[in-house]
Amino acid sequence: MKFARIILANLLRKKIRLFLTLGSFAVALFLFVFLAVVRDAFTRGADVAGADRLWVINRTSIINPIPLSYRDKIARIPGVKCITHDNWFGGIYQDEKNFFPQFVIDPENQRQVFPELIVPDDQWNAFVKDRQGVIAGARTAERFGWKIGDRIPLKSTIYGGGAWEFNLVGIYHGKRPQDDETQLWFQWDYYEERMVQAYKGNVGWYVLRVEKPDDSVRVAKAIDEEFANSANETKTETESAFAANWVKQLGNIQFLIVSIGTIVFFTLLLVTGNTMAISVRERTSELAVFKAIGFSDRAVLFFVLAESLAIALIGGVIGLLSALLLIPVLAKALSGLLPNLILSPTMLASGLLVALLVGLASGLLPGLGAMHMRVVNALRRV
Amino acid sequence: MVKVDGSGGQSSLIQVRDLDKTYRRGGEVIDVLQGLNLDVEAGEFVAFMGPSGSGKSTLLNLLGGLDVPTRGRITVAGDEITHMSSGRLTEWRARHVGFIFQMYNLIPVLTAFQNVELPLLLTKLSKAERRSHVETALGVVGLTDRMHHFPRQLSGGQEQRVTIARAIVSDPTFLLCDEPTGDLDRKSADDVMTIIEELVGRHHKTVLMVTHDPVVAARASSILHLDKGVLVEGKHASQLTGAGGVA
Ligand SMILES: Nc1ncnc2c1ncn2[C@@H]1O[C@H](COP(=O)(O)OP(=O)(O)OP(=O)(O)O)[C@@H](O)[C@H]1O
Ligand SMILES: [Mg+2]
Repeated sequence: MKFARIILANLLRKKIRLFLTLGSFAVALFLFVFLAVVRDAFTRGADVAGADRLWVINRTSIINPIPLSYRDKIARIPGVKCITHDNWFGGIYQDEKNFFPQFVIDPENQRQVFPELIVPDDQWNAFVKDRQGVIAGARTAERFGWKIGDRIPLKSTIYGGGAWEFNLVGIYHGKRPQDDETQLWFQWDYYEERMVQAYKGNVGWYVLRVEKPDDSVRVAKAIDEEFANSANETKTETESAFAANWVKQLGNIQFLIVSIGTIVFFTLLLVTGNTMAISVRERTSELAVFKAIGFSDRAVLFFVLAESLAIALIGGVIGLLSALLLIPVLAKALSGLLPNLILSPTMLASGLLVALLVGLASGLLPGLGAMHMRVVNALRRV
Repeated sequence: MVKVDGSGGQSSLIQVRDLDKTYRRGGEVIDVLQGLNLDVEAGEFVAFMGPSGSGKSTLLNLLGGLDVPTRGRITVAGDEITHMSSGRLTEWRARHVGFIFQMYNLIPVLTAFQNVELPLLLTKLSKAERRSHVETALGVVGLTDRMHHFPRQLSGGQEQRVTIARAIVSDPTFLLCDEPTGDLDRKSADDVMTIIEELVGRHHKTVLMVTHDPVVAARASSILHLDKGVLVEGKHASQLTGAGGVA
């Protein structure tokens, strides 16, 4: 393109200013993508939920248990394909800050209900055979450097303390990048055996799959009706509703992230808008010369917009590239503290779109000013 | 011959009739040009003189299609420019007018070559054709060896010579110069005037020039004075220099 050289020359006019503007774009875009990744990590549950899974909890609250005896009754309700149950086990591994979720699981149907969490068959068989066996998610195993065969001690907090010893017999992986790989599972039988008499026979919640996802609402209603007016009434929800409730509790974090993102966006807009306005104003007389020579008003607008878009594009790409390099590192460093941070192509694309929008917006006002500026006035002003 | 009484015929290259230009600033009305007439034939070299604020730049801007008159009409080579849309006027300028202002002519981030090439970017010429035109124009002003210098690496006189090269590179119908030597010392002014004279004498260009300097004006073939909004024919240059100059 014939005009490329003019645009390039204008870009390189003030090197320090260019450097600072590119820097603002790069930093803002990095921050923008990072916020998007964090927000996504918190809200992901609702999107990745199994469409055909239902969660049954105690109507009073999720921390109240439900009798184990409900299992067979639920399994008999038409439309239920398979059912399993979990208990929360708030154990401490070495230190309180080493938090990760631990579940007491029922090996019988675990793999049918959660098919996306994959355990190799030989490891699964070893798990079923070993009362003290545990399976850990790949991220947690990596976090603590566990290998199969390691002994893992956990200190129980909710059952009056006491040390529990486990053997790591397997590691599970999620099928999709967004699947949670931080859990630790051990066997219901081992747990039940060590429970005090008063607590025996209680599960934390049930998870089941239905034959047809379209049927979920009817099945959920049937379950809750079955136990209505009993000592332990139930509340059954689809997994996405369950996850959405969880996200709602994170509402404030979301709001905070969106607010910071918005502030970053507008700060960038103000900084670059101001820079473009100054840089166009400084060369009013040059732009007037372009017009006198016969360059059209639109050509002058084009020069200004091309310049601000080029800055946005280059700065934006630098920011996105650093996000691409640094976010995996950050994700590793924050492993366990935050849900898995995943940088998706969609986020990169929307980051680039944001950069270009800011570029366009910041160039538009000075560009229109230059477009409407009259040669005679501009040359008179100097 | 240049005429200022509106008696010129169809053969004139530039024909100005009953030109008014009024500026309004707040409630104040400034009548700068009032019923101005002018006829210039092709190949003429006209100097405009007059005190500061008499409207010399205003007239030049109107002739160059940079501004529109309040009343009256301007015809150049058969095209009436006074009723053109601003878009058409821009195209017309690119084809017909070469501008040389007193200063701030060159784009500081472009080399001499690139500055001279600018008007050609608006044409369909190939890169090679553009290069040969630019080299020819820089040859006319004697600056082929400074082609790749930036304006800040040139003297004021050299900058104005580059500007002249840019003004002639697309072979316009006429040149408009607003105090082309206003910022230059005597020697550089002489060099610039020699080049402009050559453009008229050897290349048969039509040049309209505003100047304060009687010595510079003396190089033109006719001198016109702007007085109370109209042009009057000046005494010949030699007499003016003797009188010690105007303004
Ligand atoms: N855009 C404008 N708005 C208002 N007044 C203007 C404008 N442009 C020019 N004028 C006025 O018109 C008059 C003529 O201005 P012009 O620039 O044509 O004078 P000039 O003869 O070129 O003067 P100089 O020799 O100082 O360059 C001046 O009084 C000036 O203030
Ligand atoms: Mg003037």
